[in-house]
Amino acid sequence: MVHTSLDVVDEKISAMGKALVDQRELYLGLLYPTEDYKVYGYVTNSKVKFVMVVDSSNTALRDNEIRSMFRKLHNSYTDVMCNPFYNPGDRIHSRAFDSMVTSMMIQVC
Amino acid sequence: MAAPAEPLPPVIYTMENKPIVTCAGDQNLFTSIYPTLSQQLPREPMEWRRSYGRAPKMIHLESNFVQFKEELLPKEGNKALLTFPFLHIYWTECCDTEVYKATVKDDLTKWQNVLKAHSSVDWLIVVVENDAKKKNKTNILPRTSIVDKIRNDFCNKQSDRCVVLSDPLKDSSRTQESWNAFLTKLRTSLLMSFTKNLGKFEDDMRTLREKRTEPGWSFCDYFMVQEELAFVFEMLQQFEDALVQYDELDALFSQYVVNFGAGDGANWLTFFCQPVKSWNGLILRKPIDMEKRELIQRQEATLLDLRSYLFSRQCTLLLFLQRPWEVAQRALELLHNCVQELKLLEVSVPPGALDCWVFLSCLEVLQRIEGCCDRAQIDSNIAHTVGLWSYATEKLKSLGYLCGLVSEKGPNSEDLNRIVDLLAGLGAERPETANTAQSPYKKLKEALSSVEAFEKHYLELSHAAIEMHTSIGRTRSARLVGKDLAEFYMRKKSPQKAEIYLQGALKNYLAEGWALPITHTRKQLAECQKHLGQTENYLQTSSLLASDHHLTEEERKHFCQEILSFASRQTDSPGHKIVLPLHCFAQLRDLHFTPSNAVVHVGGVLSVEITMCSQMPIPVYVEQIAINVHFSIEKNNYRKTAEWLTKHKTSNGIINFPVETSPFPASQNNLPALELYEMFERSPSDNSLNTTGIICKNVHMLLRRQESSASLETPSGVALEDGAHVLKCSGVTLEPGANRITFRTQAKEPGTYTLRQLRASVGPVWFVLPHLSPRVQYDVYSQEPQLHVEPLAGEWAADSLLAGIPQKVKFTVTTGHYTVKNGDSLQLSNAEAMLILCHAENRAVIYSNTREKASDVSLRVQSSDKVTSISLPAAPAYHMIEFELEVLSLPSAPVTGGDSSTLGVTEPHRKHKDTQKAGHCMATTDHKVSIDCPWSIYSTVIALTFSVPFRTTHSLLSAGTRKYIQVCVQNLSELDFQLSDGNLVDTGSSGDLQLVPLNTKTPQHIYSKQSVFFVWELKWTREPPPSLRCQFSVGFSPASEGRLSIPLKPYTYEFQVENFFTLYNVRAEILPPAGTEHCRTGSLCSLEVSITRLSDLLEVDKDEALTESDDYFSTKLMYEVVDNSSNWAVCGKSSGVISMPVAAQATHRVHMEVMPLFAGYLPLPDVRLFKYLPHHSAHSSQLDADSWIENDSLSVDKHVDEQLDSGSIKSRGSVHSASSSEHKGLPMPRLQALPPGQVFNSSTGMQILVIPSKDDHVLEVSVT
Repeated sequence: MVHTSLDVVDEKISAMGKALVDQRELYLGLLYPTEDYKVYGYVTNSKVKFVMVVDSSNTALRDNEIRSMFRKLHNSYTDVMCNPFYNPGDRIHSRAFDSMVTSMMIQVC
Repeated sequence: MAAPAEPLPPVIYTMENKPIVTCAGDQNLFTSIYPTLSQQLPREPMEWRRSYGRAPKMIHLESNFVQFKEELLPKEGNKALLTFPFLHIYWTECCDTEVYKATVKDDLTKWQNVLKAHSSVDWLIVVVENDAKKKNKTNILPRTSIVDKIRNDFCNKQSDRCVVLSDPLKDSSRTQESWNAFLTKLRTSLLMSFTKNLGKFEDDMRTLREKRTEPGWSFCDYFMVQEELAFVFEMLQQFEDALVQYDELDALFSQYVVNFGAGDGANWLTFFCQPVKSWNGLILRKPIDMEKRELIQRQEATLLDLRSYLFSRQCTLLLFLQRPWEVAQRALELLHNCVQELKLLEVSVPPGALDCWVFLSCLEVLQRIEGCCDRAQIDSNIAHTVGLWSYATEKLKSLGYLCGLVSEKGPNSEDLNRIVDLLAGLGAERPETANTAQSPYKKLKEALSSVEAFEKHYLELSHAAIEMHTSIGRTRSARLVGKDLAEFYMRKKSPQKAEIYLQGALKNYLAEGWALPITHTRKQLAECQKHLGQTENYLQTSSLLASDHHLTEEERKHFCQEILSFASRQTDSPGHKIVLPLHCFAQLRDLHFTPSNAVVHVGGVLSVEITMCSQMPIPVYVEQIAINVHFSIEKNNYRKTAEWLTKHKTSNGIINFPVETSPFPASQNNLPALELYEMFERSPSDNSLNTTGIICKNVHMLLRRQESSASLETPSGVALEDGAHVLKCSGVTLEPGANRITFRTQAKEPGTYTLRQLRASVGPVWFVLPHLSPRVQYDVYSQEPQLHVEPLAGEWAADSLLAGIPQKVKFTVTTGHYTVKNGDSLQLSNAEAMLILCHAENRAVIYSNTREKASDVSLRVQSSDKVTSISLPAAPAYHMIEFELEVLSLPSAPVTGGDSSTLGVTEPHRKHKDTQKAGHCMATTDHKVSIDCPWSIYSTVIALTFSVPFRTTHSLLSAGTRKYIQVCVQNLSELDFQLSDGNLVDTGSSGDLQLVPLNTKTPQHIYSKQSVFFVWELKWTREPPPSLRCQFSVGFSPASEGRLSIPLKPYTYEFQVENFFTLYNVRAEILPPAGTEHCRTGSLCSLEVSITRLSDLLEVDKDEALTESDDYFSTKLMYEVVDNSSNWAVCGKSSGVISMPVAAQATHRVHMEVMPLFAGYLPLPDVRLFKYLPHHSAHSSQLDADSWIENDSLSVDKHVDEQLDSGSIKSRGSVHSASSSEHKGLPMPRLQALPPGQVFNSSTGMQILVIPSKDDHVLEVSVT
């Protein structure tokens, strides 16, 4: 139940969010390490949260890689939001976004 | 040698090691000085400048002074730093040269040689001087000599290596001074030694590290070396630096493990890959776990041993640094990391061993932290420790599951064996915790010992973790732990306890819309509810699960089957219904009415087709689907009428229901919109802006507590509505996906029916959708039969009918609730002037209510002189019968001509005005037709309005005494007509008048909005009558139609012409001045007006103006010369009254002077003639204001007259003033214009040439 852990992550963001109000750093770092997974968080200026769950055994991914992945994700997400036909709150059906995410996943695995 | 008292708090263990300083020489002397020395040395800090750009540090130095022995000196290659003597001191008290020479010097030389042999250069010679001794011995050399000697002998270059300490045991300023100097020297020397030796050591260590790629390199060896350095730093109380050493080791090791995972294995790592045999957790209570350290030294340590040792050191140092929270954080990291590393290195670990290790370690760390912090500190830093708590909980749980401690029955023999194995791996309890009641070791042992104890410990931990999470606001984490707890309870077969946790977690997930956790929790909840026997809740959860797309098909089928099997099983208690919300079973997508506008007449059939999207994975047989309908009598009758029905045809009858986003909570989507307002606050004094902001007015709505807002999954809100009106559909099998279900109903009572509840019943299980939103309703109406008759809006686009020609009228019978039977007929009682033209064949079209053509039948029309009977075709209720009839309105003369005949020619102005006012409206006639309808005992009276297409005017034209009548026919309609047989008949008198037509005989076309003129000459033989009555008639027919079936009546127009006989002839002439040929501008010309009476006394002359004297009649006339176009200037009198004898050829001439103002051909000025009526009390003839000609010289104003007395009257008309002054106070004489027929102006249209005057310098040319 990776999703269940996401829930905890979310809360962690809100806990961290208060401290991060003034800071420009959107990357929240490692939020919630478990035995099997590492959960990283990222929050945009408009408090949109991104969460990435990485297998703990994947040692190739360092903080910097995660950070750049989040940046990429954020950029792509911003592009999706800029689409005038997208209603905020809907499920994202963007081919560009999907392919970006997929390429990121492939790159990692 | 005893160490000085430990200054640090007792909890923190410090290294017993101190930098070693050796002492040689006079031991007794040293012993006496030692207490002061050890006390004084650490008192003042010393700045330590360090190599490699590291920041200088202030350190307090302490030393361990030991007696110098040669063994103490490190052998070549020995890297031990802890036992390394950093400084060697030689103490002497010698003050006698002899003694010095004899013993001390040798001793010193020997000492120096030993040091040199070990290449140790850090030494110091201390010469203690004692005054007391000096006094005793008289033959002493000056004290300096000894020092100098020593300096000379030993410190050839480094004279500062010899220090004098005077009177160390006395309390004098000199003593103090020398002590200070000595201590400074000592410290400096020590530090120099540190710098040098540590630098050397570090270099060696680095060299060793660089060799790590060589095959023989051993991590453990290196570990020992670097730890040595760490120890020294610790010894120097540089914990930060010591920690760095350990962290470096840690990182190095981790890197190796990672590299190993990547396939780059180092030989030495294989040591650490030995199977784990012991899992006794971290030991943090000792500063150095020598046991483990030895293992490492012997290269026998396992990975866990190494990690444990490393962490225990890090922990110790962190605690020294007062950073307990970092310990907690690092511990969690370490534990996770270790688990990963063991996996990565593929170390074989017995099942549960790691769990034991982690559990013990967690508790150990926690207890260690608790041990060095007070309660408040711990409470405020729960965030750091809670991770460890939940990790421990998790591990204990997995241990419990592993060892069968969670099952109902307790562990079986296999489980027991496993427990024994695990406990064996723990080894014996450490002596340092043996007497602690709550040691992690004891806890684990106890927890594993029995089911009850496990439960106790597990609950304790869980509750602690939940409490901690909740207290720091991590409700979600708390839910997660709660969920685990629920799972535990489920295993323990106590679902009632589990339910709370599951419900709580579910609520949380629902509120935040996490679909997968919802599914998972629901699954657990379903099981829980099943055990609890909460049928309704269970079925509801099952239905939710069955429709959950996150589950596999099999699982969904299972839950669906659960519902169905329940439905089929429950037959014992009839009437017992289980009501569940529909939305999880199926979703209503759209609803479609036929007829599409959802309006149906009484007795009509309405069908409602709904599309339900079944969420079930398998087809479900539903016994009945019903829609509850609420009936209300519609107040707004308009909706029910057929007009509404036909007009509002736009909607297609499909109502779409929004697709419920069921997993997402209502609380998020249904929040009211923010109501934000600007706010300005001004200071009361100067009205300047103090603060400004935005206020949210509905905060209370938005920030309401989520919990109270909605009970998300309670079935209690669903109440069954019982209504008399139900739409039903039985025996439907709902396939997965969209299903179309059709309900049919026959409308009974008129009113509005609102669809309320939708329910589907599967056995005793009822799925109910409590409210349909948006509101759906249909209307049933009842309508009285109606008849409409209206002009056919056809090719002429006229909304009214034209009189005189056949016109089509459309009859529309709306049957309403009445059924037209064969033989029903409409009885039209005709108006006289309106004919109903019967054709051989009339067709009627029957339409259904929705304007669909039903049939086309022929219509029978029977017409008698009074009554026309139309037999209607049989038509069912709520249909429309449409047919057309041709009607003809007879153009009746009195009606049409009436208006204009009363208007005499005498009043042309008035007539003109009237026509203008009326515009181009057509005269209309109304015909009332009363119709008897078969459905009513009352007759319907229908008014049909016909318009006369023409307007006719006439005028009298004169040419001398010859008279002509002109008739103008104007076509007002949109239609072209053919006019023929124009005829004018004198209807009034005898035939002595003759009307000679001057018109063409051929028919004439009269186009729409145009006119045709007819002219007749009037001839008479005898004296004509004063008035003439005429009737004009003209035949007409629509030009477009070739032949008409019936003869049409001609159009007639009656009028009267009065006073048409010419009485006077006016002739004007302008003569140029005498002697000139032409008139010239600016020169006076004479205007000669001659008025000639053409006839003797006639009837028409008999009026007030006529005066009779001796058989001689005369009448008074007034003439007036007016030039409206300002061509002429009339000089002198322009008007005058003349007395005209009433006799033929009587002529009156008037001369006037006029002056042309322009050159060119100028028309003559008008000469007007009026009847001059003296005042008469009784005005027989009416005055018309329009008849007064406004003239300056004839301004006759009654008001002026009445207001002013006679003397003041200054009438500009001198003629008038004379006569009016006679009739003092009486009204003025009146003027009456002569009718145009009576005066003929023979000079009308004449022009005279005026040439410009010669002396005109300016030529005016007016171009008009």
